[in-house]
Amino acid sequence: MTINNSTTAYTLGNMTLGQACCTPVPHLQIKKLSIAYAGNTVLDDVSLDIYKGCITALIGPSGCGKTSFLSSLNCLLALIPQASVTGHIYFDRDDIIHDAIDTMRLRRRIGMIFQKPNPFPLSIRRNLTLPLREHGVRNRYLLAEKVEQALKDVGLWDEVKDRLDGSALALSGGQQQRLCIARALVLEPEILLMDEPCSALDPIASGVVESLIKRLQGRYTVVIVTHNLAQARRVANYAAFFWMKERVGTLIEFGRCVNVFEHPRNPLTLAYVRGQAG
Amino acid sequence: MIWSKPSSLLLLPRNIDRLWQPLLAGMAVLCAVLLLLIVAFLLKEAIPALHDGGWRSFFNDQSWYPLENMFGLLPMLWASLAIVSLALLLAAPLGLANALFVRFYAPSFLVTPYRLMLALLAGMPSVVYGLWGLTVIVPIIAAYHQPGTSVLAASLVLALMILPTVALTCLAALEAVPSSLHAGAAALGMSKQGLLLGVIVPAARYGIGAGMVLATARALGETMVVLMVAGNVVQTPHSIFDPVRALTANIALEMGYATDLHRAGLFTSGLILTLLVLVLAWFAARTMHKYQYA
Repeated sequence: MTINNSTTAYTLGNMTLGQACCTPVPHLQIKKLSIAYAGNTVLDDVSLDIYKGCITALIGPSGCGKTSFLSSLNCLLALIPQASVTGHIYFDRDDIIHDAIDTMRLRRRIGMIFQKPNPFPLSIRRNLTLPLREHGVRNRYLLAEKVEQALKDVGLWDEVKDRLDGSALALSGGQQQRLCIARALVLEPEILLMDEPCSALDPIASGVVESLIKRLQGRYTVVIVTHNLAQARRVANYAAFFWMKERVGTLIEFGRCVNVFEHPRNPLTLAYVRGQAG
Repeated sequence: MIWSKPSSLLLLPRNIDRLWQPLLAGMAVLCAVLLLLIVAFLLKEAIPALHDGGWRSFFNDQSWYPLENMFGLLPMLWASLAIVSLALLLAAPLGLANALFVRFYAPSFLVTPYRLMLALLAGMPSVVYGLWGLTVIVPIIAAYHQPGTSVLAASLVLALMILPTVALTCLAALEAVPSSLHAGAAALGMSKQGLLLGVIVPAARYGIGAGMVLATARALGETMVVLMVAGNVVQTPHSIFDPVRALTANIALEMGYATDLHRAGLFTSGLILTLLVLVLAWFAARTMHKYQYA
C-alpha cells in the first residue's frame, strides 16, 4: 500500500501487529438488533456480519441510527439510562447483549474513536499511559515503549516526541484525533469503532487520518461511520447502507464496497450513492 | 471591524447608548473607588501606629496588651492561621467528596434537593453556626479537654461553614469538564473511579483550587464564629485545645472602646487581614484564568 506523503510532513512508522489481509470471517455477528430510546425505536431489525481485518463503512443520512448502532457494539449505549438494546451481538462466542460480560475488558478489545477529538486535558504521555495503567500495565519501560509505538503507528511521534509532557490540548485538531486513535491502539484492541473520525477536521488533517485508517486494514477490524461517500469508497472493503423507514432507521443494503457503490441492488441505495436522495 | 468599534463614524451610538455608557461606567467606577477608599481609610487610620518604626512593635512585642502599649499581633495572626488551615484541611476533602458524590454517584432524585441544601447552608448566617458550635461542639470538646472553646472548636464550626462553598465550587468545576471525556474514558474500558481520579479531577484542578482559595479567604475573614467558640485568650496556640483569639475577633471585641494608638493598632490588624484576603482573591482569579474549561 502506498501512502500519499506529498501534502504533509508527517511520517508513519512501521505497523507490526497482525497480518495485513481482509478475510470474510465474521468478527462480530449482529442478529436482529433493535435500539430504542425511552420507548422510541430508532433502529430496527439490523442483521449483519462485521468481517475480521476488514474496514466496514456505515453510510446513510443523519438520524438513521448509525451512531447508535456503533455505540451498541461496545456496550457504550448502556451508559445512557433510557436506551434499550434488543437482539444479539455475538463476539467471540459471547452474546454481548445478553451474556454477563466484563464491559471493561470488552471495551479494551473493542476501541472507539469519536467524531470530535476528545483527548484528556492531561499531558500527551499521560493520555496514553492512563488507560494502560488502568488495565494493569505498570512497568515504566514497557509503558514508554508502548507510548512510542502507538505514537509512531499514527505518525505523531516525530511531531510530539519533544513535548510528550506538554498538554494534549495544545495539539491541532488533526493531531488530537490521531492522538485519540493512538490512545485506542495502545490497548491493542481487535476492533476499532470510528464515528465520523474526520468530519471535525480540515481537509489536510482529514487526509492524514484517512490514510491512517487505510493502514489499519488487516491489522484491525474497523467499523467506520462516515457521511463522506467518497471517503467510504476509498477506505472501506464493505459498506452498509442505513435508511429511515417510517421514522425508524434500518439496514437497507450490505455488501462489498464496490457492489454497494457500483451495482446496488436496492433503488434507495442507488439514489443515495448517486446523490439523488438523503 | 465595525462591530468592535461602535464609536466608528459609520456607526454612531444611538441616543440610548449615549446615556447607558456613562451611566454604567459611572457605577463601575463608583464601586472601584469605594473599595480603594476603604483601603485608603484603613491605611490612614493605621498610620499613627505604623510610622516612626512603630510597625515593628506589631511583630516584636511579646503580646497584645494595648493598655500598656504592647501591640504584638503575632499570637493572634498565628491563631487565625491555625484555625483557618485546620478548617480547610477538614473541609477540602469533605467538600470535594460531596461534589464527586452529587455529580457522579447520587441518584437523580437526590441531586436537586442536595444542591438546594448546600446553597442554603452556604447562605446561613454565621451567628447561627456560632450558636450551634457554642452549645453543641464546645461542650463535647470540654468533656475531653477543658475549657472547650479552642482552636479545634473554631476549626470544626468554620469547616462546616465553608463546606458548602467548597462543595459548590468543586461541583461547578466538575460540571465544567466536558462530558465527551466520560464517553472517551468509558470507551477505553476505564472504570468510573479511574475516570474520576485520572481524568475528571485533574481536569478540574484549577477550578477546584480556586474554590479552595475562595473558601480560605472566607474563613480568614469570618468573625462571629471564631469570636463565639475560639475562647478569645490572646496566646500563640500550642495545641488544638488551646483557647485563642483570632485577628478578626480582636477587632470586633475592642473597637468599641479603643482610642489613639490602640485604635490605630486595630486598624493595622484590619489592614493585614484585608491584604491577606486580597492576595488570596488575586491568586484565585489567576488560577481560574488558567482553567481551560471555565
